[in-house]
Amino acid sequence: MKNKADVVIIGGGVNGCSLAYNLSKKGLDVVVVEKKYLASGATGACGAGIRQQWSTKENASLAIQSVKIFEQLSCELGQDIEFRQGGYLIAIHDENEMKQAEKNVTMQRSLGLRVDILPPERITQVVPILDVTGMKAIGATFCPTDGHANPFKTTFAYADAARNLGADINTHTTVVGLKVQKKSIHAVMTDKGTIQTDVVVNAAGIDSKTLAKMVHVTLPLTPFRKEIMATERLQPLFEAMVISFKDGIYFSQQKEGQIVGGLPIPEEKGGYRTMPTFAFLEHMAQTLTMYAPVLKHVNLLRHWTGFYDVTPDARPILGEVKELNGFVQCNGFSGHGFMISPMVSQLLTKLIAEGKTSEVLESLNLERFKGKNIDKELSVVG
Amino acid sequence: MKRSIVCRCEDISEEDVLSAIDEGYTDIEELRKKLRIGMGPCQGRVCLQLVARILEKKTGKKVATIPLPTVRPPLVPVSLGTLASEKDEK
Repeated sequence: MKNKADVVIIGGGVNGCSLAYNLSKKGLDVVVVEKKYLASGATGACGAGIRQQWSTKENASLAIQSVKIFEQLSCELGQDIEFRQGGYLIAIHDENEMKQAEKNVTMQRSLGLRVDILPPERITQVVPILDVTGMKAIGATFCPTDGHANPFKTTFAYADAARNLGADINTHTTVVGLKVQKKSIHAVMTDKGTIQTDVVVNAAGIDSKTLAKMVHVTLPLTPFRKEIMATERLQPLFEAMVISFKDGIYFSQQKEGQIVGGLPIPEEKGGYRTMPTFAFLEHMAQTLTMYAPVLKHVNLLRHWTGFYDVTPDARPILGEVKELNGFVQCNGFSGHGFMISPMVSQLLTKLIAEGKTSEVLESLNLERFKGKNIDKELSVVG
Repeated sequence: MKRSIVCRCEDISEEDVLSAIDEGYTDIEELRKKLRIGMGPCQGRVCLQLVARILEKKTGKKVATIPLPTVRPPLVPVSLGTLASEKDEK
């Protein structure tokens, strides 16, 4: 491991690795420190979806710009990340949801996104296995350019490309302390040695809060355990990701043919437990077979848990904190860190490599929680 | 061409495992995520012991010290219909 770097990134998830790649491309000397292995946290447990249909302008525009990057990412990184655009179908169940959907669609269209409100009879044209009556839908929004990619392959591809540009990526390495001098970051101490640096990026997922505490910075993050399941492989049945804000369900068919999906467990509270529950399996199977009754004949194979690192407004914390020079946040993704990672890493690269901030970065700074009016993201599932 | 299958569910051969180890994926969890071993209907019953042996040969780590992936329910495939009907019977 190097003992000196321009930037040390803590966390080898998709955001840490994509940032390592983009900073290395700018010629910076980057070290990544990951406690376990690459994509071992939220990235590796996520539902693989890439959605542009958000209720806040920041999330929507971050996602739209990220999709533009995803579209050419396999080519840029030289590895197939399995990006596919089958669209996202968001079920609308009542008049209130319809009003919010109309508002969202107007905002999303103003950003140039192709998105439509579908009447019930068009839902099965997009996803034939759905039972519109069973899922109690009065309509849906559909954006054909939303999609999926493989989170492991994306993270590994970013990491390999970063290594080829000289980044030093260390797995199974734990940060034990951060050295601060005169209100500035000075060094990162790990169990494998100390790295001198002026810039530390905190991309440690649910451990970001503990890391920030080491230097007396308080992050408003709560870990929420989420459960997710995968079925056996099937012939291609549908291309879109189906989601519902009311039922909290999301599911899609992956490239290999398995259906992957999840929904929140009703009685779940914040915390760090990781054991999957039978209550989830029951609830998931009941809701999924209500949406798509034909799936009752399909076998469930696997079931695992992951964490959302949730902020009070369900939007990420990005950029340098006021309290400590060189301490950059890249966390609090609240369940949608994978899909916006390409753009997040570009914005942070501009900030770190060129000292250039942007309107989006400023609006997502930790400082926003010190004011009173926060604009909460409403379009959250899982 | 001779090809020794390690994982029948995902059609992964010994050569696939060896080249992934060469690329730097040196623990079972990493290999699982790279190659999808242990993610199929057998849930790793066929492949994981074999992969642990290959890892031992290649890296010198003893099989007994190689941590296996977490075992989670269900142990065998269960249909969604069966799981969905669970509550109604209570």
